Amino acid sequence: MSRARKQSDYEKTFAFRFFRWMGGEKDAFVGNMEMRPQKEYVEEEETIQERMRDRQQAMEEVYDSGHNKELRFFNILYRCFSIVFCVAVVALLIITVSYLPSVGREDKPTNNIVSDTYISEGLTDTGAVNIVTGMILSYRAFDTFGETNVLFIATCCVMIMLMVDEDKIRENKESNDRGFEPKNDAILQVAARLLVPVVFLFGIYIILNGHLSPGGGFSGGAMIGAGMILYVAAFGFDKMEKFFNEKVYKCVKVTALICYGCIVTYYFLTGANGLPCRIPLGEPGTILSGGITLPINIFVGSEVACTMYAFYALFRRGGL
Amino acid sequence: MTVFNVILLAFLVVCAISVSFSKNLLNSILIFMSYSLIMSIIWILLESPDLAITEAAVGAGVTSILFFVTLKKIHAIQQEEEDEHEPRQKTK
Repeated sequence: MSRARKQSDYEKTFAFRFFRWMGGEKDAFVGNMEMRPQKEYVEEEETIQERMRDRQQAMEEVYDSGHNKELRFFNILYRCFSIVFCVAVVALLIITVSYLPSVGREDKPTNNIVSDTYISEGLTDTGAVNIVTGMILSYRAFDTFGETNVLFIATCCVMIMLMVDEDKIRENKESNDRGFEPKNDAILQVAARLLVPVVFLFGIYIILNGHLSPGGGFSGGAMIGAGMILYVAAFGFDKMEKFFNEKVYKCVKVTALICYGCIVTYYFLTGANGLPCRIPLGEPGTILSGGITLPINIFVGSEVACTMYAFYALFRRGGL
Repeated sequence: MTVFNVILLAFLVVCAISVSFSKNLLNSILIFMSYSLIMSIIWILLESPDLAITEAAVGAGVTSILFFVTLKKIHAIQQEEEDEHEPRQKTK
């Protein structure tokens, strides 16, 4: 191996330190920072008694509403004001609502050209029979992309807060609360065995039929996530890990987000520049139609399902 | 149909108020769950089945489960065995 610089010179450069940090060979904090395990807080008998005495004294003298007239007056005043405040806020909201235009009026400001265009042009533009999904995933695909990113970032934040090291989960079974509940509950297991396949199938049906019937990526994904949660609750994490572990989770989630981003970028670039979009719209009403709606539904669905399951798993035992 | 709507809406208001007045956290979550279910029926009556499906799956299903798990983590739900042997401590 030949290098322009000597090894000792290279070690002083920023690039060397950066790549060392990237590779995780040296943690900047290990060795430099004093780390001590937290001691359990033990309270002495005397302080407890003193606190109880103080509390008793305070209750007798300060909060003695039987004899303290000012306090009694203040309490009554406080209640009256809180009731008046609540009533005022409710009245304000109701008055505001009464000024809104009534449902179904023709000259309502929401009855403008936008919704008319969505209804009349939606089928020819997006190829989706279900106008709602067509609108969300093609006219407003950018919004939905933002929402999917929000889901991704939310799981990242929950992971940062609740993730426990894999070794610690193994050695310290206390950190997960499996011991709190009856394991191998017969009723739950039989119910799960019957329900989980149905829930999964229905979720997949809703995702794949998102452009034809009510539903779409988000609802179908939430359903599949709920099915996965039911499965874990009945059979435990060991069985779940056989087909859905952290590796699968990472692959599915990142792939779905990247593919979604690529499709939306392509769609918007062609649309904004007036170029023809190469994604075929298909024949309306068939399963392979709807242009970008069908693939985006699938990606959003897998993203949402992963998010729902990840929340549950992270809350339960601090890992996937 | 209007009567049915009114009954559902009244139930919604009752649920919303009783969630905040319920002392027991577990009961609050159950009431919140029923609120979501009623809401999903109302979405169907308002002719938006998309929202109804989402509300039923997320509002009544996943959110309540996450609430249950959180309550368990902070030991707000007591175990059944403890309830049988010793009287529950009244918290005020």
